[in-house]
Amino acid sequence: MIEHKEHAELAEKFNADEARVDWHDETLWWVRQKRDKMAWSIPEWENLREAASRIKHNVLGNLHDYLLEFERHAQENGAVVHWAADAAEHNRIVLGLLKEHGVQRMVKSKSMLTEECHLNPYLAENGIEVIDTDLGERIVQLAKEAPSHIVLPCIHKKKEEIGELFHEHLGTPAGNADPKFLTAAARLHLRKEFIQSRVAITGVNFAVAETGEMVVCTNEGNADMGAHLADVHIACMGVEKIIPKRRHLGVFLRLLARSATGQPITTYSSHFRKPKEGQQLHIVLVDNGRSRQLGREDFRNSLKCIRCGACMNTCPVYRRSGGHSYHNAIAGPIGAILAPNLDMKEYKDLPFASTLCGSCSNVCPVKIDIHQQLYKWRQVITQEGYSDTSKKAGMQAMNFVLSKPAVFKFAGSAGRLMMRTFPGMLNIKLNPWAKQREMPEAPKLSFAEWYKKNKK
Amino acid sequence: MKVGLFIPCYIDQFYPQVGIATLSLLEKLGCEVVYPQGQTCCGQPMANSGFEHLTTGCNTLFVDHFKDYDYIVGPSGSCVLHIKDHLHVHGQEDAATHVRQHIYELAEFLTDVLHVTSLSAKFPHKVGVHQSCHGQRGLGLAQMSELVAAPFSKPQQLLQMVEGLELVNLKRTDECCGFGGTFCVFEEAVSVKMGKDRIVDHVNNGAEYITGNDVSCLMHLEGILRRQQSPVKVLHIAEILNNSL
Repeated sequence: MIEHKEHAELAEKFNADEARVDWHDETLWWVRQKRDKMAWSIPEWENLREAASRIKHNVLGNLHDYLLEFERHAQENGAVVHWAADAAEHNRIVLGLLKEHGVQRMVKSKSMLTEECHLNPYLAENGIEVIDTDLGERIVQLAKEAPSHIVLPCIHKKKEEIGELFHEHLGTPAGNADPKFLTAAARLHLRKEFIQSRVAITGVNFAVAETGEMVVCTNEGNADMGAHLADVHIACMGVEKIIPKRRHLGVFLRLLARSATGQPITTYSSHFRKPKEGQQLHIVLVDNGRSRQLGREDFRNSLKCIRCGACMNTCPVYRRSGGHSYHNAIAGPIGAILAPNLDMKEYKDLPFASTLCGSCSNVCPVKIDIHQQLYKWRQVITQEGYSDTSKKAGMQAMNFVLSKPAVFKFAGSAGRLMMRTFPGMLNIKLNPWAKQREMPEAPKLSFAEWYKKNKK
Repeated sequence: MKVGLFIPCYIDQFYPQVGIATLSLLEKLGCEVVYPQGQTCCGQPMANSGFEHLTTGCNTLFVDHFKDYDYIVGPSGSCVLHIKDHLHVHGQEDAATHVRQHIYELAEFLTDVLHVTSLSAKFPHKVGVHQSCHGQRGLGLAQMSELVAAPFSKPQQLLQMVEGLELVNLKRTDECCGFGGTFCVFEEAVSVKMGKDRIVDHVNNGAEYITGNDVSCLMHLEGILRRQQSPVKVLHIAEILNNSL
């Protein structure tokens, strides 16, 4: 029934080690609590979310104009602007720039867009090695894994495992898992890379149409180190990263880090406007399905996302299934509403990897109706024919029983009679309910039967 | 005031005592209650699985059974929310709108329509409240921990009227139990883990009973508790509010 690589199967594997699930859950819950504390420190928090949501609403309604305004100002600032319709074109543009400068090894700060476009493997195939400079991303890169969280890429790894990785790849002493020591080792290692890298790729958190500038938020200053030391800075961004005016940063920067990690603001909120003397600044604007999503009225709001990861930290399913179970660059609730737009068949399972509890929508700093979109994706995926045959048959049978009161009455009493007669019958392996749960006890009379007897 | 009693399908089949307690409680509070016979299901199990297009039969039945009542009351936040959000019937839209606008989950009916300020119930036990997500985040039965907003809880407001009842404080006040409709079988591992974790929170804080406004959540938690042979029991809020010893 469940095909290879679906969320439920990957989540079950993750759950084989319950102590680890507890640790993962508690770690992320702690981040959620930090977020709560920070949110409560701002009395106008809910108004701030509403403001951010409306600014993004305006952006999505006028995206074409804002993008052209941004391009014009960026060009006036001396940047070169590239347009990429999809991931492949984005990757080709970046490769072209790297080849032009004869680069074989280069640094890249955090960019979920380049993850989405699978830039690293593409460049590797073309003989270019990318060094991810965000510490968490570097760790998963050394482990040959994908990030499991958009803000905390290696949140699934324990410090002892990181110690072992560093011992193997960076030559730190075996058995040393002291976070301070390991961070210092990473800094030494990355410093060498920063110094020798002639090209640096960064992501973009906000692109201001009014000024043509970009804002990149990091806690480690790694985007700055890369961009300032290199001859060429390539900034890659999805087209939805636009905000109209500089003053709107006051709304988004207050929300972003508070929602993400429970910090008042990221350590670095760096503005890149003009290339310095002798340096080149390239900006790659990527669509990759975003126009299509913009055209889906029910799902348009998903493009408001500022990639804070709050929905992951609060999601009780994410915390207990791990980021990799979503088999997509962006995991968690937001990933589950973005991914089906990219490939509905491949990601048909993700909108079902939720209880629709709604906590995600409540923490979202731009008020995306995530759980409602999950519900709507379920309908679209089913209508498009991507539902499992067995599920379809089950639902049709259920419909048959529930739309006919007489059938329902008969099926109910027959079913309960069977359950009372053979109480162990449904506690078999084939019944997923009963694997770790008892079936409810079957009463002699249904409520309807009791009512008929006693009231009518 | 004519109240149509909505008893969701699985409560009808497996938890008739919840229906009986709901009916008895509403009658004690002076309502004229009728249980329209032949009702089945709100259609949510199909809709949440992506088959909303198959719910026409359920929707028509629902409107036919409930369109003539001043209020429709059901002991399930989730099913009530589904009706509120999704009930439409072609050609009977006025009747469907009346139903959507006059359907209430039991606790909110007690606090918001009947304005209940006292109850004659007794329940001398330590009780943990499981906030069902659809009741809480969907219907707004209680404030949500994610929001920067003043706290309130309609179920707790009612439980505090019960003599002898002691509410326990939980570490995580409104985390999902993992039932989630068909999620509970299609995502069995995560579903059960979520349920186990909720139970630990209640047990660690001394709860003898776990109560809530959704039997579906409670059925899931009860299934785990019974497998663990735990002494902790689940009771729907109607059973406690109707309990006079």
